[in-house]
Amino acid sequence: MKTTIPLIIVLVGGIIGIIFQFIPHEFVQTINDEILNYFRVLSFFALPLGIVSILMVHTGKIRRKAQHWQYSIILILTIFFMIVTGFVFGTDRFDPRLANYGWNTIFMFMFQQVQIPIESTMFSLLAFYISTAAYRAFRARSKEATILLVASLIVMLGQVSVGQMIPIIGDYIPVISNWIMSNPNMAAKRGILLGVALGMLGTSLKIILGIERAYLGRA
Amino acid sequence: MFLAYTIAGLLTLFVYSFLYKDNPFYRLAEHLVVGVSLGFGFVYSFQQIFIPFCWNPLMEGHYDVLIPALIGLMWWPRFIPKWAWLSRYPIALTMGFFSGFSIPNTIQASILVQVQHTMLNFAGTSPYGGSQALYIFNQIVIFIGVFSVLIYFYFSKPHKGALGHISKIGIWYLMIGFGATFGFTVMGRISLLIGRLQFIITDWLQIVH
Repeated sequence: MKTTIPLIIVLVGGIIGIIFQFIPHEFVQTINDEILNYFRVLSFFALPLGIVSILMVHTGKIRRKAQHWQYSIILILTIFFMIVTGFVFGTDRFDPRLANYGWNTIFMFMFQQVQIPIESTMFSLLAFYISTAAYRAFRARSKEATILLVASLIVMLGQVSVGQMIPIIGDYIPVISNWIMSNPNMAAKRGILLGVALGMLGTSLKIILGIERAYLGRA
Repeated sequence: MFLAYTIAGLLTLFVYSFLYKDNPFYRLAEHLVVGVSLGFGFVYSFQQIFIPFCWNPLMEGHYDVLIPALIGLMWWPRFIPKWAWLSRYPIALTMGFFSGFSIPNTIQASILVQVQHTMLNFAGTSPYGGSQALYIFNQIVIFIGVFSVLIYFYFSKPHKGALGHISKIGIWYLMIGFGATFGFTVMGRISLLIGRLQFIITDWLQIVH
């Protein structure tokens, strides 16, 4: 009941998943589309699980008065604020009552003026940290490190107009950069992708056949 | 609009303050973004998934959607130790179906198509133009690259002799690939940085018009 039935479900589900890909008949494809819609519904019900999990972690921090517990209050309030404003004021881009002024709904205001700026700034922060990582990685101490350094320099210079200002080789930099991206780089990526794909196939088969069971957890 | 830009601008500066060291402003921004994105994700999923794929069909009399809804509810006892095993059912269903679903798709997209495009075809022409000689040269470069990288990841025999030489070429290809990816990522981050600075200087503070 607790282990055998889930393993039977995995086996049957896996076989159905494979078979449906090989039968192009309209009836089977309609069922396939319907099943995919069912999984959308199924995935939605997993979302509250994540929210409850994060609420449990942060209410625990508040109760224990752990370090920086005050920020957990802000996090919890923000989650509820977004949920309430989303359901009460809607998720349209513009508030219909204030459309003439071009005002966003509170929900979209929070998304555009809080989430997007913070997320893009966090990603741009990496520009600073990646530079220090580059310093460590790019000290051309071996042949391999030199190849890495030269390839990345050419690709970086090929993306900016400064690269083209370099005397004599400037005109060739974007051409070489494009060539590196679409030939040796693609060959390396393809080799990795083939390995990843074979690994995925092996893992999928192990899951369907019940050899890999870690996803069932210790429940 | 100034209020909106001020909030976005201040939050941008809060995040950049981390470059000095971890501080309360950064932590505030960090917790705000987690809260906003979680709330946003939930409301949006409710509107984009639950309403059209569950609620609307149910209202139209398609009671079959109760099946995934009821199985979906089985996720929730996860936090009750006595009933936690119930969550294995939706997990098993998802893992099983998508493991099977991914097998033919992975074979097709990530193996057959990739191998097909790696095979040497000197009679073909480049979709990007250029001379035939360059096209053939590029094909050889890609073929040697894919083959040598695969040999590098072949661990069943020690990399000695011919195998060692080929795997060495594979390492060079991998270094070029990692270098190119690194360069590409750096430039992406730099362009994001320029975008944020442009926002602060041009849109918010309006120092430059």
